[in-house]
Amino acid sequence: MTEQLPTIIILGPLLGATLAAFAAWFRPRLSQPLVVLGLVISSAAALKLVFIVADAGAQEYWLGGWSREQGYGVVGIQITVDYLNTLLLAAVSGIALLTSVYTRRLVDTELAGRQRYFYALFSLLVTGLLGITITGDIFNLYVFMEIAALSSYALIAYGKGRAYMAAFNYLIMGTMGACLYLLGVGFIFAKSGTLNIDDVSASIPALGQSQALFVGFVLILLGAWAKMAFFPFHGWLPNAYVHGPTASTAILAPLATKVAIYAMLRIMVTVYSIKYINSSPGIQSLALYLSSLAIVVASFFSLTQINLKKLASYFVLSEIGYMVGGAWLANKPGLTGAMVHVVADAAMTSALFMAIGCIVYRLGQAQLDDLKGVFFKMPVTMAAFVVTMAALIGVPPTCGFFSKWYLIEGAAKADAWHFVAALLLSSLVKAIILFRIVEIGYNRVPHPAIKGNPAIPRNEAPLSMLIPTVAMTLGLIVLGLGTSTLVNTIISKALPAALAQ
Amino acid sequence: MESIESFTPVWIILTSSVAALLIALLGRWPNVRESCIFAAAAIKLGLLLSLVPDVLKGKLYEFEVMELIPDVGLAFKVDALGLLFALVSVSLWIPTTIFSMGFLRPLKRHAQTRFFFFFAIAISSAVGVAFSANLLTLFIFYEVLSLSTYPLVTHHQDDDAIKGGRKYLTYLLGTSVALALPAMIIVYERTGNLNFTNGGVLADVTSTTLLVVLLVMFLFGFAKAGLMPFHAWLPGAMVAPAPVSALLHAVAVVKVGVFSIIRVLTGIFGVDLLAKTPSLSTIVCVLAAITLIVASLIALTQDNIKSRLAYSTIGQLSYIILGVGLATKIGIAGAALHIPMHAFGKITLFLCAGAIYQACGAKCISEIHGIGHKFPMTMTAFFIGSLCVIGLPPTGGFISKWYLLNGSLDSAQQWAFAVFLTSSLLNAAYFLPIVYKAFFAKPTDTARLEKAKEPPPMTVVPLFITSAGCLLLFFFSDKLFKLADTFAKMYTVQ
Amino acid sequence: MEKLIANFNYVIVVILMMIGLWSMLAQKNLIKKCIGMAIFQTGIILFFISIGAKDNALIPILTEAANHTYPVSDVSKVANPLTQILMLTAIVVGVATLGVALALAQKIYQQHSSFDEDEILENERK
Repeated sequence: MTEQLPTIIILGPLLGATLAAFAAWFRPRLSQPLVVLGLVISSAAALKLVFIVADAGAQEYWLGGWSREQGYGVVGIQITVDYLNTLLLAAVSGIALLTSVYTRRLVDTELAGRQRYFYALFSLLVTGLLGITITGDIFNLYVFMEIAALSSYALIAYGKGRAYMAAFNYLIMGTMGACLYLLGVGFIFAKSGTLNIDDVSASIPALGQSQALFVGFVLILLGAWAKMAFFPFHGWLPNAYVHGPTASTAILAPLATKVAIYAMLRIMVTVYSIKYINSSPGIQSLALYLSSLAIVVASFFSLTQINLKKLASYFVLSEIGYMVGGAWLANKPGLTGAMVHVVADAAMTSALFMAIGCIVYRLGQAQLDDLKGVFFKMPVTMAAFVVTMAALIGVPPTCGFFSKWYLIEGAAKADAWHFVAALLLSSLVKAIILFRIVEIGYNRVPHPAIKGNPAIPRNEAPLSMLIPTVAMTLGLIVLGLGTSTLVNTIISKALPAALAQ
Repeated sequence: MESIESFTPVWIILTSSVAALLIALLGRWPNVRESCIFAAAAIKLGLLLSLVPDVLKGKLYEFEVMELIPDVGLAFKVDALGLLFALVSVSLWIPTTIFSMGFLRPLKRHAQTRFFFFFAIAISSAVGVAFSANLLTLFIFYEVLSLSTYPLVTHHQDDDAIKGGRKYLTYLLGTSVALALPAMIIVYERTGNLNFTNGGVLADVTSTTLLVVLLVMFLFGFAKAGLMPFHAWLPGAMVAPAPVSALLHAVAVVKVGVFSIIRVLTGIFGVDLLAKTPSLSTIVCVLAAITLIVASLIALTQDNIKSRLAYSTIGQLSYIILGVGLATKIGIAGAALHIPMHAFGKITLFLCAGAIYQACGAKCISEIHGIGHKFPMTMTAFFIGSLCVIGLPPTGGFISKWYLLNGSLDSAQQWAFAVFLTSSLLNAAYFLPIVYKAFFAKPTDTARLEKAKEPPPMTVVPLFITSAGCLLLFFFSDKLFKLADTFAKMYTVQ
Repeated sequence: MEKLIANFNYVIVVILMMIGLWSMLAQKNLIKKCIGMAIFQTGIILFFISIGAKDNALIPILTEAANHTYPVSDVSKVANPLTQILMLTAIVVGVATLGVALALAQKIYQQHSSFDEDEILENERK
């Protein structure tokens, strides 16, 4: 059974999607439970695999049994769960599970009358994301990437008003990214003759200073950057996340960009190797400067936003800068920070959008000015919101503090002081925004406990939305305290041993 | 330096956290709520006193809770300085709570549960800082303290409170995140070690520029110590109710800042490094001296009592920093001793200011002429508190200032002697006139004086406790001095 | 010059991709963007296929006759099947994406009665 676990991770949501699509014809109310079931199976498998990998190392699986041993070289498609992706698999499936429970109410209100195929698309999206994370074949990655992408375009298009245009722009940018990625794969394939990640990484050192490989690398990088909304390819993200329905944003925001960053990491660390990265310093400093720029620009834009969802999407953009910069520092603490942050940020963004979703559900609006007195109306939600913002700012003992620690350490080691300054600046900007929200939501309202002040009725979010939000927020603290264990047992083993200390 | 592994430090911190939870749950029954506080404070004090004998012998109580970053974890270590600071904070928690009850209840102030809840958390974090074994743990509790005192500072929730709170957080969070955090990470990156060790961890760093940059980042990063120009949060925080100003901004919050700087200077840089690298000790001493004199000068111009006390606090904190910067055993002992002496003196002054405000609504010195006749006891307490801060016998402040003066003569910065003396004169210049005007000047506002009613006993009794403390500390200071001396001995090479 | 002619497939691919990219990004009309997207993808597909093509290659299908056994005796005579399979997948993906794009464009037209990006933006702002 344990050998089948890697496939079960993808099969769970895939079957869930198919069954949900059928169920949507006859009994639409059934689609959500089916999807949840699929995700439960998937998360359980992913969680079990984390422990297995921590003990025994990477687990391989060849789809259809077409493995290497048959003597013909690599014929089949390999999926691997190794130190680099096991945590992300658990994070993606876990977050998807919580979000699938969470989104029910939002779907019923925001998408009233059109929600038939929402959960099927949801599950298909998660399949795509898990597939990207788990695959060991660079073309297969493209296929899963497009599965996820098409589902996400449709999920965004469910929104009202400007959603169609936002989805269309997202589609154009996303397709461009995917095609650039495919072109890069073509170059690699042309030179190495294989698509299997392990085989390609084995053959690259022998090919030496090949220009084709370099161009392939750059193209894949550009494609991944377009998919993850890295500056300057970020234009589609704020519009898509604001105009899409809150339910879609709740699943897209935490996961889509992080998985794209994982894809970049996989290509950088496993396929091309850190030695290769270090021998192309031009891209390295460019990537670092772009990261710092991404963080600073996104932070400044977030200061001027009055819409909560748009604010949150600019936070997402700045966090992407963290991870890309951390990866391109190409030293041990930098890469550790990037990898920790991929998981940590997925959790933080998920908690953030869940809290925002609760607010939108109850108040109907997400403008900052509408938040007057929200701390009294929705105390539990706002408590979760404050903790999540604290995590984003980097207050110990949440996970955000520790990932920021590693990133700053890596930047100090690499003498990339602009990156350190950008990281600190973004923390301060987030702190300013948090306290602005605290002021509007709590301080500027006459305190209801004082006699003579108007009472503010409690209007807390429904339990099906509240419990996942609180669970995710508590998870941030648990993740923070457990960062050291995770780094020691799993993440440090994902880095090549020869990496500069 | 023998170390005892014991969970007691964690118990001490947890006691007030558990109390905070109980306060939150039992908010509806104020008397039960307040008794939780007293019970917790008593337990804490008892536990702290039980640690004293061993610590005086030079032993350390240690406990590591968990590892957070490779080689650095959430770890506690109780040594003489930490114990001294914890004793001060916890023992002064009791009179402040009595005072808070007297201050908040009669006016039926809102959100008292919230007040006591965050107060208890703030005390827990202060003790957490006191017991930190490494910079990371200290930073964590430092930040928790900043965040948990924000609701206390903005308690009144009016426009002034919000503005004051904003300033408070901007300075404290801004400096700690932008300066202290990267400095800490750079230390970790270069040395791999953040534990407070005798001799410091930076002994191997050869670049003086890096040491100077780190020093400046730490000094300004821990803005709770009030080094200029990052001091403005202190006067801004005076919008808080009097008990908050009293305990937190005269005792806990500011002392946490100064404590952190002492820890950084002795445990990360090392007294040896400071003494051997003249540029380092000079920078510390010059920055502290500037703050000392300028703060005292500004205090002279302040009419609002709490503002004057705030600037006085800023000045007194720099006494402590200057003492450590001298890098001599006696100077460090004097600096450590000044923590309790100043705490008792300042808290008396703030409690008096609060009592006066409660009695007749007066906030400024110009409004309290002749008030000494109506409230002789309060003004006498104020007088004793001023003596303590100025450093005159028979109050404890004299002893700490004596050691500081001696320490300056021992060191390479003998000009500090003149700075200390000048500042003491300035202290007298801005405190004694208040007392004089209260007793001997003609009342300017007779209407206010007529309407003034005696503050309730719960407000006045704490004043007596703390002012008596100032006097007692003069006569019974040897135990405290022993603690300060043990610490200084441990961290200086003879 | 000879190099360009010898590698004419790459040249054509680059030209197609540039046309497609320009259309996708610079054109205002939504349908033209979709067309550009299709051209871009076609260029990439041609790239893949061209790198797998050979002179006088046999089609990569085994027949029962002529006593073929595994593995095929002269692999160098057979066109690379892998690139063709990959591109079948890519064509399917491209078609699906084009379908979604056109569906979105239709919905946008229903909303705004125009395919022109500028007019749509103006319409949205009202």
